[in-house]
Amino acid sequence: MAVYRDQAVVLRTQKLGEADRIITLLTREHGRIKAVAKGVRRTKSRWGARLEPTSHVDLQLYSGKSLDTVTQAVSIENFGDRLSENYQHWTVANAILESAERFTQNEHEPALQQYLLITGALKALTYESYDPSLILDAYLLRSLSVAGYAPSLSNCSVCDAPGPHKFFSLVGGGSVCNTCKPSAAPTPAPESLELMSALLSGDWAAASNSELRNRREASGLIAAYLQWHLERGLRSLPLVERM
Amino acid sequence: MYEGAIQDLIDELGRLPGIGPKSAQRIAFHIIQSERVDVTRLVDVLRTVKERVKFCTECGNITEEELCRICKDPRRDGTLICVVEESKDVMSIEKTREFRGKYHVLGGAISPIDGIGPEQLRIRELMVRLANPDIAEIIIATDPNLEGEATASYLIRQIRPMGIKVSRLASGLPVGGDLEYADEVTLGRAFEGRRTVE
Repeated sequence: MAVYRDQAVVLRTQKLGEADRIITLLTREHGRIKAVAKGVRRTKSRWGARLEPTSHVDLQLYSGKSLDTVTQAVSIENFGDRLSENYQHWTVANAILESAERFTQNEHEPALQQYLLITGALKALTYESYDPSLILDAYLLRSLSVAGYAPSLSNCSVCDAPGPHKFFSLVGGGSVCNTCKPSAAPTPAPESLELMSALLSGDWAAASNSELRNRREASGLIAAYLQWHLERGLRSLPLVERM
Repeated sequence: MYEGAIQDLIDELGRLPGIGPKSAQRIAFHIIQSERVDVTRLVDVLRTVKERVKFCTECGNITEEELCRICKDPRRDGTLICVVEESKDVMSIEKTREFRGKYHVLGGAISPIDGIGPEQLRIRELMVRLANPDIAEIIIATDPNLEGEATASYLIRQIRPMGIKVSRLASGLPVGGDLEYADEVTLGRAFEGRRTVE
């Protein structure tokens, strides 16, 4: 398989040599890959703005020993142009890109669900379908769920006793009952857990009607839960502008 | 693997940007074969650069004194400030001979994915400079990539309430290029910023 074609979202770019860049891509069929885009930093580059972070592109690549090489690129949708005009949206997009990279740890391992999640999230963010902060939280929760870490938001995550329960445990994996709770477990408002549930299942009507304090609490829980499972936090998450 | 000093030199050279193991080895052997006086000159220059070169307290550009050449020059228009990411960009704009104002070097672009936020750049220093009522216009000349654009959006949001005129460098088709190879964003911007021909 010397030359192959795939659709991808650009997650990250790093400078390489004089005018090249290493592009980290999340592809539809080949999972996360790293490829070299030659001459992309020159002003007369034929790639132009196609290989910037958040770009959704149709690519032709040439597989190499350690890195593949991009040989052709056509835009499917250019989210970056609109996202970079709004600083808040840009910070949210960065957190989405970074978490997608972290959730796909092994290169070339197909991650179709992650790919579909990220294209959906970037589209929703670009066209301002919902509140940016809610889009980010929904994306993070669903990524956790795809990775097999979906928090239990009703039943006790340890003994499966039917909920809702008062306590939340990062270690336990979500809501915990009175007997299973570890010491110093936080007690989030029931509305915050309902919001998380709505974000996870895609009930945007309920999520959009939530109150600001519940959104803040849910964001905090999601960030802590994410950090627990990814072992180290996302660098971009503290820089996200929340309303 | 070579022994002792030669290997140390190869390792050190290999840490420089764009220098791989083969290039490092080639440079190391070139140095070994060079005249002693040439090597001493190189060593002196390296030491001097590290000792003397610092950042201008006003604009953040590299200089050997407290203020850089541009900030000290009374002929430069102090009411115009051009904001760039790196000192290298100052040189590129200077070469055009189009701009006679002063500069502000941010020291990079906002890139949350790399952990770089507004606090890590010289944005606060820029805001302090903008408190001067003589300043008439800020020209944002960050790189025309997404990080540069996002940095520009952030700056515009911060500066606009201060009532100072803010402009952004135009972007469009490169001179000597082919329309067929232009990407959608660049071509779109070229249309947006088209000019009337008199």
